[in-house]
Amino acid sequence: MSEFLQQLVNGITWGSVYALIALGYTMVYGILRLINFAHGDVYMLGAFMGLYATRWFKAAEDPNPLKAVLVLLVSMAICAVIGLVIEQLAYRPLRRSPRLAALITAIGVSLFIENAGLLIFGADPKFFPQIIPSHNIELGAGVVVSNQQLIVVSVSLVLMIALRILVKHTKVGKAMQAVSHSHTAASLMGISVNRIISFTFVIGSALAAAAGVLVALQSPKIEPLMGIMPGLKAFVAAVLGGIGNIPGAVVGGLVMGVAEVMVTGYLSPTYRDAIAFVLLILILLFRPAGIFGKAVTEKV
Amino acid sequence: MRYLGTLLVLLALVALNVALPQVLNPYYFQILILIGINIILAVSLNLINGFTGQFSIGHAGFMAMGAYASAMFTLKAGQPLVAQLAAAGSPEWLSQGFALLVALVLGGLVAAVAGYLVGLPSLRLRGDYLAIVTLGFGEIIRVLILNIDAVGGARGLPGIPKWADFFWVFLCVVCVIALSAHLARSTHGRALFAIRDDEIAAEALGVDTTRYKVLAFVIGSFFAGIAGGLFAHYLSYLNPSTFHFIKSIEVIVMVVLGGMGSITGSVLAAIMLTLLPEALRTAGPLRMVIYSLMLIVLMITRPQGLLGTREISFKWLRRKRTEAKS
Repeated sequence: MSEFLQQLVNGITWGSVYALIALGYTMVYGILRLINFAHGDVYMLGAFMGLYATRWFKAAEDPNPLKAVLVLLVSMAICAVIGLVIEQLAYRPLRRSPRLAALITAIGVSLFIENAGLLIFGADPKFFPQIIPSHNIELGAGVVVSNQQLIVVSVSLVLMIALRILVKHTKVGKAMQAVSHSHTAASLMGISVNRIISFTFVIGSALAAAAGVLVALQSPKIEPLMGIMPGLKAFVAAVLGGIGNIPGAVVGGLVMGVAEVMVTGYLSPTYRDAIAFVLLILILLFRPAGIFGKAVTEKV
Repeated sequence: MRYLGTLLVLLALVALNVALPQVLNPYYFQILILIGINIILAVSLNLINGFTGQFSIGHAGFMAMGAYASAMFTLKAGQPLVAQLAAAGSPEWLSQGFALLVALVLGGLVAAVAGYLVGLPSLRLRGDYLAIVTLGFGEIIRVLILNIDAVGGARGLPGIPKWADFFWVFLCVVCVIALSAHLARSTHGRALFAIRDDEIAAEALGVDTTRYKVLAFVIGSFFAGIAGGLFAHYLSYLNPSTFHFIKSIEVIVMVVLGGMGSITGSVLAAIMLTLLPEALRTAGPLRMVIYSLMLIVLMITRPQGLLGTREISFKWLRRKRTEAKS
C-alpha cells in the first residue's frame, strides 16, 4: 500500500509537468487548430535558459528561494519571446494555407530548434545545478516526498490557477475564448485576432519553459533532444483530456503521469513509452473527443 | 502493345541491375536503393493521406511490421527453402527471387491486417484524433518489437540475407506507382477523392465511405509493409529505433511537400528529401539546421506542395510547352 501511495506521489509530480506542457498544446490547438510540434522543444529551451539564468545569477553557489524564482521567471520570459518569434516568422505566413502545410512547418521548426540546440548547447547532457537543495519529507505510512517534488506540484498548481483566472475572468482571456470559437466573428467584434494568437503563444511557451525548469530541478540532466518524448506525450495528454479544453489538459497530464509511473513501477520500464498510447487508444475508442471534449455534431 | 511495355520495363530493370553496381560506387548505389524504398513509402502514404484525406502519422509502424514479418519468414522458412532448392539444382536467382517474393507479400499482408485494425477506429475518429491514434499505433508497435526477444529486441535483428537488389526494389517501385495511378483513375479512386473533398457529399452520392476509408488504409499499409520487407532484405539488419515516429514524419513531409494526392509529386519529393540530407553532408554539423530551414521556407513559399494536386505527365509537359510558345 505504501509503495502504491509512493508511486502515486511520483506520478502526480510527473503528471503536473505533463499538464503544464499540455496546456500550451491545447491552447494553441484551440485557437489555431494547429498541432504545434515545436512546443516540446520550447520546453527543452526552457530548461537550458534556466541553466544559463542560474549561471548568470550564480544561483548554485548561494542557493536561496528568491534566486530560484528569478531563474524560473527569466526562463519563462525568454521562452515567451521565443514562442512569439516562432509564431510571427513561421506560422503567421501560413494562416490561410492548408492545415497540413502549417503542420509540416511546425515539424520543420521543431527539427530546427533541436538541431540548432545540438550545435549551440552541444550533444552531451548538461548538469543542471541544484538551485534548491533537496531534502526529503516523511508523509507517514512510508511515503516520502522531496521538497523539490512539492515545489514542482505547487508551482504547477499556481500557474494553472493563474491561467484559469486569466482565461475566465480577464478581458484578454475572454478574447481568447472568442477567437477559439470563430476568427471571423471575433474580429467583427473588434478583437485583434493576430494579437490574441501571439498572446496565446506567449502564454503557452512560458508555461512550457516553467515545465522545463521544474523538470531540470528534479532530474538535473538536460540535453537538446529532451523535449521530443515529453512533448509528444504531453500532446497525447491534451488529446486524452479533449484537445482545446484547458481543464482537460490538466486531467490528461495527471492521468498520463500516474499511468507511466505505475507501469514503470509494477510492470516494466521498457513499456513506459507505450502505455501513454495504449491509454489514449482505449479512451478514444469509448470517448472519441477525449474525456472532457464535447462531441461536435456535424452540420451539413 | 501493353505486354511490350511491361517487357521493356523488365528488361531495363535487369540491364540496370547488372550495370549500376559496376558504374556507381557503393555509397551512391545505397542512396539509390533508399530512394526507391522512400518512393514506395511516400506513394503508399499518399493513398491514405493525399487520396482519401485521412491524416495518418503511423506509417513507420506498418513498415516495421512488414520488415520484421518478412525478415522472420526468410530466416525461419525462406533460407532453408532456398538451400533445399539449390540442392535440387534450381538456379540461385530463381529460388532466391521466389523466396523473397513470398517474404515480401507476407510482410505486406501482415502490415495490411494491421492497417485494417487501425483503419477501423477511423470510422469513429477524424482529423487530428485519428492522426494521434495512428501515431500511437506506430509507437506501440515499436515498443512491442523492443520487448520481443525472439526478434532481437533492442539488439536488433541481424543476419537477414541480402536478397533485395536494384531489380527487386525498383520492380516494386514501378508496380506501386502503376497500381496507384490506375487506382486514381478508377471508380474506386474517384470515390477516395470524393471522400477527401467532402465526406458528407460523398456519402450522399452513395459512396460507401466506411469501406473506402478502411480500403485506403489496407492498401497503403500493404505497400508500406513491402517497403519494410525490401528495407530488411537490403540492409540485412533491422533495429527498432529505425522505426521511430521520426520516420513516419519523414514520410508525411514527403507527401505534403510533393503535393497531396499527386503521385509524381510524392516521387519527386521522396527523391529530393532522400538526396538533400546526403548532399548537405559537406555542411557538417550545420546539415540538419539547413535541412529544417529549407523545409520551413519551402512550406511557407509553396503551402500546397511542389506540385499541388497536379501530376507531371507527357501530356501536361506538352501543354506547358505550347502555352510557353503562344
